[in-house]
Amino acid sequence: MIIASNVSKRFGKLKALDDVSVTCAKGECIALIGPNGCGKTTLIKCILGMVIPNSGFITFNGKNIAHDWQYRARIGYMPQIGRYPENMTIGQVLDMMKDIRGRSAEQPDEELVSRFELKDIMHKRMRTLSGGTRQKVSASLAFLFNPDVLILDEPTAGLDPVASEILKEKIIAEKVKGKLVLITSHILSELDDLVTQVIFMQEGKLCFHKNIASLREETGEEKLSKAIARVMMGK
Amino acid sequence: MKKIIKYVIIDILRNRIMLAYTLFLFLISFSIFNLEDNSTKGLLSLLNIILIIVPLVSLLFSAIYVYNSAEFLELLVSQPLKRRTIWLSLFAGLSGSMALAFFVGAGIPILVFEATATGFMMLTTGIFLSVIFVAIAMLAAVKTRDKAKGIGVSILLWLYFSIIFDGLILFVLFQFADYPLEKAMIGLTALNPIDLGRILILLKMDVSVMMGYTGAIFKDFFGTQAGLITSFTVLVIWVIIPAWFSLRKFNHKDL
Repeated sequence: MIIASNVSKRFGKLKALDDVSVTCAKGECIALIGPNGCGKTTLIKCILGMVIPNSGFITFNGKNIAHDWQYRARIGYMPQIGRYPENMTIGQVLDMMKDIRGRSAEQPDEELVSRFELKDIMHKRMRTLSGGTRQKVSASLAFLFNPDVLILDEPTAGLDPVASEILKEKIIAEKVKGKLVLITSHILSELDDLVTQVIFMQEGKLCFHKNIASLREETGEEKLSKAIARVMMGK
Repeated sequence: MKKIIKYVIIDILRNRIMLAYTLFLFLISFSIFNLEDNSTKGLLSLLNIILIIVPLVSLLFSAIYVYNSAEFLELLVSQPLKRRTIWLSLFAGLSGSMALAFFVGAGIPILVFEATATGFMMLTTGIFLSVIFVAIAMLAAVKTRDKAKGIGVSILLWLYFSIIFDGLILFVLFQFADYPLEKAMIGLTALNPIDLGRILILLKMDVSVMMGYTGAIFKDFFGTQAGLITSFTVLVIWVIIPAWFSLRKFNHKDL
């Protein structure tokens, strides 16, 4: 569904992405793992068209995204740090997004909005919100429009245990519906029951892209965190 | 596109600075017209204030606004929207509200006290200057990532257009005093929208006789239909070129 071919991006001297090629198919739940600053977020931003690669290209459903914009209607994106217009209220942000997406025919999926109990704090301004509440708003927005692809950048960072459990249930429910889910996270133990594939990146390079079953088999470890640790030690 | 313009304008109108700017223009225009017994003289005093304040406020407010809406832009870019639409909506929203503020603050007093051709010329020039300096500010803001630097650049640009440019012109005039520079001066004024606006209004006021031989040449050129059309074309170009360059830069910017 999403194919990146030889994508490179440099910020000044820093090579954020170095010749990365990945193929993400429908129905998979892919974990993007790697140390800090290895280019995970840059890769995600390239897919969203927020960062424009120096070379290489990305296709979405067979169409190059370079001059396309409509494909983003099919992506739900939850950023690492949700940044919203500071003096809008939660309700206004949600309404604005519904207005911009403008898909009135389809009923927006407000499950997360209600389960996170955002309804009671709709009138609060974005600048007064705590980091966790912001994350809840970001998550609700990502799932709001029933997108085919979900891109979640550190989704559970800053969420309390109850909220992150709700979010995980929601991710699993969407995965079962056959959507493509891309997750980055540092808390590997959380990913255990979610992901089907693992992409490991280091210093802007793609180290491997494997099925979780084959990864477990190769390393002989059941836990993802241990399996990854073993791979990293082996290098 | 309309939806985004709507959100930008709602956001700007909620801003108190905008309200203060409108009120300030309104108070100044009213008090100047009331101070002078002759409203044409009032218009002349108002001209000098407007030519300083309108570009300054347009530049600074727009530059700061673009930096402050970085989050908003980031949010929009990840949505199914063209970058072109996002940037042009921001431009339309900003210039629309700056022009509106000028119209309410200075335009209404002008229309009340001096609804003549000169007054209309002043109104048009003021609105043009608002839009031109919004475009210039957006170019400065999209080119520099650092907020403090971007605002500094905007202040320098304002200094250049309001003060330094005139100094340079004077320098050129004195250095080449032996040559006939009157025709060249017309070309040089096209390089500064503020000067162009000032000349357009002064010539309507019949004070051009005070400007000596150059004034006569100006009157010869700007007084004609063709000259007027040319100068407004130049003003339009002053809007389009910065806006186009900033759009091109924004299309390739990493957020």
